[in-house]
Amino acid sequence: MISRGERLANYLILTAFAAFALFPIVTILSAALGPNDSPGFAGSGPLDNFAAAWEIGRFGSYLRASLAVSSFVVVVSVVLSILSGYAFGTMRFPGQAALFYLFLLGIMMPSEAIAVPLYFDLRSLGLTDTFWSIALPQVAMSVAFGTFWMRAYFRTSSRAIVEAARIDGASTWRILWQVLVPPARPAIVTLTVLVFMWTWNEFLIPLIMVTSESLRTAPLGLAFFQGQYTAGFTLLAAGSVIVATPVVIFYLFLQRHFIRGLLQGAVRE
Amino acid sequence: MIRTRSSSVRARAGHPPGEPRRVAFLYLLPAFAVYAVFLLYPIGRAVHLSLFDWDGLSLGTWAGLDNYVAIVEDEGLRAAFGHALVLVLFYAVGPLVIGLTLAAILNHAKVRGLGFFRTVVFLPQVVAMVVVAVAWRRVYAPDGTLNGLLGALGLDSLTRGWLGDHTFALPAVGVVGTWFETGLVTVLLLAGMSRIPPELYEAARLDGAGALREFLAVTLPSVRGEIAVALTLTVIAALRTFDLVYVTTRGGPGNSTSVPSYEVYHRAFGLGQVGSAAAIGVTLTVVIFAISFVINRVADREVS
Repeated sequence: MISRGERLANYLILTAFAAFALFPIVTILSAALGPNDSPGFAGSGPLDNFAAAWEIGRFGSYLRASLAVSSFVVVVSVVLSILSGYAFGTMRFPGQAALFYLFLLGIMMPSEAIAVPLYFDLRSLGLTDTFWSIALPQVAMSVAFGTFWMRAYFRTSSRAIVEAARIDGASTWRILWQVLVPPARPAIVTLTVLVFMWTWNEFLIPLIMVTSESLRTAPLGLAFFQGQYTAGFTLLAAGSVIVATPVVIFYLFLQRHFIRGLLQGAVRE
Repeated sequence: MIRTRSSSVRARAGHPPGEPRRVAFLYLLPAFAVYAVFLLYPIGRAVHLSLFDWDGLSLGTWAGLDNYVAIVEDEGLRAAFGHALVLVLFYAVGPLVIGLTLAAILNHAKVRGLGFFRTVVFLPQVVAMVVVAVAWRRVYAPDGTLNGLLGALGLDSLTRGWLGDHTFALPAVGVVGTWFETGLVTVLLLAGMSRIPPELYEAARLDGAGALREFLAVTLPSVRGEIAVALTLTVIAALRTFDLVYVTTRGGPGNSTSVPSYEVYHRAFGLGQVGSAAAIGVTLTVVIFAISFVINRVADREVS
């Protein structure tokens, strides 16, 4: 049905486009793995570049901060989203629609709009430059999407099983954790990887809230490193690879979750 | 998102909603508390702050709507919103055109390696924007990859410091957006097209429709919902561009790449014009809500 020429043209287009998508990534990778271009650098192997970036760019400290913030935001916002999604998805209560639209607002709300007032209010409370000032605003943003996401899932879950459990005398708490959550694992994994990615990659909130170096997250650290370190590109490239790698590894293993999540309603990023 | 929402509204009509339960409020409380304190209250404060002249330190003075009037009258701010519109072309329109073409080709031809292709073109979406910006700075640098490529093709006359050029800096930033969004749009449209029943194509072919007619009459109407989602996602991303501009150009050279989000940051923390920054943030929020509302309204109406 399809001629050979057409097939060849299709593969050419695909290859050209894949090359375009990979080109900046390859630029970074080859610079990070290539010979070091900074003056007076002694190392030789490719891993030496990463070791040097780790040392000079202090990426160890940045990754630690990112890991702490991401773990906290992921755990707290996923649990809170399960609870609120459960209420919206399976129960009926006064003000339900209005409250749900209030949560929907948060999905599209640009963090630029809330970050400025938040900074000045937290500053007057002496809370800027703390772990909480980076983590809690991101929990709020993730909970908006998470509520929407878990509600959509719980709406499709079988009412019959819930009814049966209720007749057996199970409390709403037990129905949630023992009946509804176990089969919800795929939806929860999707939510988890999305929130992890958003939090790990977030730039504006840490940029505004944090001044001390021990709280700098990985993207923020990279931006600072780029501003200060001008002796060549190799270490900057190595640092970029260090910052991007955790999410990329997750993506390679849980690709379906990333694609599904981002296509099915992530209006956040 | 809107698609999911309208389908769940439909589900609601068929599904009996849960029993009335007051305990729902207990389940909602923790999420709502964090949400209210760290999102709803700050947006209210943003509206409040936007009505003042405040440098962030001393006492503010009442400004009424002056900060909003300035968005229309101040040349620099008008330019910032204008630049955001240019970025919409690069972030949304470009990827949509490329994505429709690619997806239509891929949907037709049964090519091998589609899974691999999907993994590759979607990859930009998961890389931190700061890393993306560092990579593209390298591409655009005077001694960078792009100029090297042009030199190798014998086009030395075209080489320049792309991000330092008054004319080319904004398109250069825009191309990064095209690069970033095209994979997302393509994968989204591919998913939509794969759901089109083959009978529709057969019917079109029996009617003697050519490839183009078939695309316009069958493919395009069937993926209207996906197009609306793609436009919503990409237009919002274009309007919210911040990390990319912060790392690549800081709004320069001059103000040729300044965008609303960057102005929010710059005015609040660089110039000490917190009221103006808040007004820009509020305006940006309203614009984003309005645009996604309109896109989904248009898509809904054309379906029915």
